[in-house]
Amino acid sequence: MSHDHDHHHHHDHDHSELSETELRVRALETILTEKGYVEPAALDAIIQAYETKIGPHNGARVVAKAWTDPAFRKALLEDGSKAIGTLGHVSRVGDHLVVVENTPQRHNMVVCTLCSCYPWEMLGLPPVWYKAAPYRSRAVKDPRGVLADFDVTLPKDMEIRVWDSTAETRFLVLPMRPEGTEGWSEEQLAELVTRDSMIGTGFPRKPGAPS
Amino acid sequence: MNGVHDMGGMDGFGKVEPESNEPMFHADWEARVLAMVRAMGAAGAYNIDTSRFYRETLPPHVYLSSSYYKKWFLGLEEMLIEKGYLTREEVAAGHAAQPAKALKHGKFDLDDVERVMVRGKFARPAPAPAKFKIGDRVRAKNIHPATHTRLPRYVRGHVGIVELNHGCHVFPDSAAMELGENPQWLYTVVFEGSDLWGADGDPTSKVSIDAFEPYLDPA
Repeated sequence: MSHDHDHHHHHDHDHSELSETELRVRALETILTEKGYVEPAALDAIIQAYETKIGPHNGARVVAKAWTDPAFRKALLEDGSKAIGTLGHVSRVGDHLVVVENTPQRHNMVVCTLCSCYPWEMLGLPPVWYKAAPYRSRAVKDPRGVLADFDVTLPKDMEIRVWDSTAETRFLVLPMRPEGTEGWSEEQLAELVTRDSMIGTGFPRKPGAPS
Repeated sequence: MNGVHDMGGMDGFGKVEPESNEPMFHADWEARVLAMVRAMGAAGAYNIDTSRFYRETLPPHVYLSSSYYKKWFLGLEEMLIEKGYLTREEVAAGHAAQPAKALKHGKFDLDDVERVMVRGKFARPAPAPAKFKIGDRVRAKNIHPATHTRLPRYVRGHVGIVELNHGCHVFPDSAAMELGENPQWLYTVVFEGSDLWGADGDPTSKVSIDAFEPYLDPA
């Protein structure tokens, strides 16, 4: 995908509009600061927390543990928030996380048709495509067509289940463990777990595939 | 409201275009907008449902042609003006000119940062027993409120099955309009793709939404 193409879709359409937005954002922050509503350093700290503390590595650890620990997998599917809460090394998870399991019979895919609801404490901030009209409009009507945009093909008779995140519940897909990983450690397995595999628009990497 | 934000099932938006090695933010101002939205919400200027409603009420052509964080910015600015935290004159001037309005939780400072990095809690004690149990057939009501709702158009009038009960949660339709939390039972309701889309749908697909009890009738 070319840079120009991304630019057209993901940004304001020309530099004058971009700089106008930038100026307006700065002005708003100035006003909020002058009125004593926010401490600018606290805004910096929020951004830093998003940039450093959350990300798909959190979800990947959960998936890898579920692949290796049957008791954890069972607890995770029963109550995602509670099970993840027992893992000290994963960032704090909110309530209402539901983990849904892919099987040879069923593939799960998560969308928010109304806005951009996403389990950010597990996956980080959502990518632009997740929040944009093509995915939000088509995921519920033509999920296989959407998967084709990700070069993902499912067997013809496999059930595909789309979870539209319309409330404060958040959904995380537990993908199937790749073949050829018998005896792998949790740390090794976590390296195979991609963000998209936990949204349901991709699969984990195969052993030996480039990360 | 039947706005352009309610996109499920619409055609014509084209292919999904994943961006390889996507940065977390495409410009510094996006990060500032995200931080301001989280901070002012945590300070008590608005709840999450109200902030969603302000983005939904952007004019349709603005909603569809603005980047994600541009929508967040436009919604934030308008919301803060309408709630009395700043004035249009201040926005035009780029500086504060009026006294501040008191925030419910006070100024957002460094001590508050950790709090916004944990997802909010929306479960509430149940004011009444649940009307539906897992396995029940329910019909999504044919409702079209002009205000905020989380019942997408594409399921209205259709019959689905209650699959999960998430307990009682803050009701966005009330909270967005600042009418109180009005907790309601929340269910995952699953629909057959062929029921939602007829012959144009995928017969192997099922689609679920999370539906508050007031959205549902027995079927």
